[in-house]
Amino acid sequence: MIETIGIWIAALLTLCILSFLYKENPFYKFAEHLFVGVSAAYWAVYYYYNILRPNLIQPLFIEGQILFVIPLVLGIMMVMRLFPKVGWVSRWPLAFIVGTYAGYNLITYLQSNAVDQVRATLISFIHLESWGDFIGNPGVITFLNAIAVPVVVVGVITGIIYFFFSREHKGVFGGFAKTGVWFLMIAFGASFGYTVMARISLLIGRMYFLLHNWLRVI
Amino acid sequence: MNIIERLEKIDRRIIFILILLAVIIPLLLPIGFKIKVSEPVRIFYETIEELQPGSIVLISSEYDPSTMPEVYPMNQALARHCFAKNLKIIGMGLWPQGIPLNQASMEQAAEEYGKEYGVDYVNLGYKAGGIVVISAVSENIPTTFPQDYAGRSVEEFEVMEGVKNFDNIDLIVSLSAGDPGVRQWIMIAQGRYGKKVSGGVTAVSAPAFYPYLHAGQLRGLIGGMKGAAEYETLIKKSGTASRGMDAQSIAHGLIVLFIVLANVFFIIGKRKKA
Repeated sequence: MIETIGIWIAALLTLCILSFLYKENPFYKFAEHLFVGVSAAYWAVYYYYNILRPNLIQPLFIEGQILFVIPLVLGIMMVMRLFPKVGWVSRWPLAFIVGTYAGYNLITYLQSNAVDQVRATLISFIHLESWGDFIGNPGVITFLNAIAVPVVVVGVITGIIYFFFSREHKGVFGGFAKTGVWFLMIAFGASFGYTVMARISLLIGRMYFLLHNWLRVI
Repeated sequence: MNIIERLEKIDRRIIFILILLAVIIPLLLPIGFKIKVSEPVRIFYETIEELQPGSIVLISSEYDPSTMPEVYPMNQALARHCFAKNLKIIGMGLWPQGIPLNQASMEQAAEEYGKEYGVDYVNLGYKAGGIVVISAVSENIPTTFPQDYAGRSVEEFEVMEGVKNFDNIDLIVSLSAGDPGVRQWIMIAQGRYGKKVSGGVTAVSAPAFYPYLHAGQLRGLIGGMKGAAEYETLIKKSGTASRGMDAQSIAHGLIVLFIVLANVFFIIGKRKKA
């Protein structure tokens, strides 16, 4: 029974939100305000029970771990942002957070997102195994696999050249930069295609819910 | 006003209706387009296949209901695949709302394959801190998560026996819809500890993970509902992603048609004005 009521509420609220596609109306505004209010309450409760309580209240006030006074003080300093006269105090805990994360991430981020990525492009320009596959089994897929490495290498080099602004993009250098732009455009196009796919997936998810869980016609 | 001018000024609500119909009709009347499996999904599948029965897979759920249509089918298919292979699952998450979704996936798969909570799988729940939690888990899992998502001590679960840190985990899978997610798992688990990391992500973020895949930092990648449908095809268990693929294909075809028509009309209009 409770599940049925939940499905009905979810279905009606979905329709309220979708009604915005026609034009703004009171049903849409109602669903929007309800969402904002419920979200705020949900996250407030969630943060208390999953962050504040287990990470500060429990160890400090119940288990008596005195070291947790430090995060308590830093937390209070952060809240000082709400009071303009002493707002500057919040910069200290913020600096602590920024410093910790920067130090923590620096080497790891550099290794995973720069060094390993660069290393992956320092490979044999002609991948003999892939060309062997293509010769043995000619086809679009095997051909694309065979030219994948040169495409990656040329794409990386020309892409970097495009972002090299200390020299005018003219002549051979300009040609490389233009090739880089093509690679960037194709990458943006692929990214846009994936974004369309994601949005359509969300619509499919909602329609599936309405037709399967609510109306039960599929 | 000729037909081209009329189409140029078409009410956008007509396009909305056409897209809606392109989604609803294939859901009501499935066509059954063939789902072709891509290489990144095949690598993901084979990474699971290579594991020996009894191996431990850590599934970290970094998504929420807003991305459920894309990531939840991956979660379901992954849990089914693991249990079909008699692998053990340790669930956790860096997004709070991913925990109940991961739990629902594992419960459903456990029921289908006769698996038991605590013996074959466990859900450690959510911990705030993102990358710092990953780092803590790498050193000591029971200290980082002394209790499961329901507040029970992890020491009482058979599946957690002998599980101390990353050394006892055979594969890490992050199902993520943003940060913290797959990227952070790659940075710590793969980059620092050399662990095998696989990922399932939303379609929007999928292009950003291909460099990691080609660099060998990621062992397989499932991107969006299409990737989930491919994975369902590989495990031979059709789910919600496979059901949505007809609608996805037709809606995409329609959008491509709109883009082509709009450009043709734009070029014709421009020439006329010139």
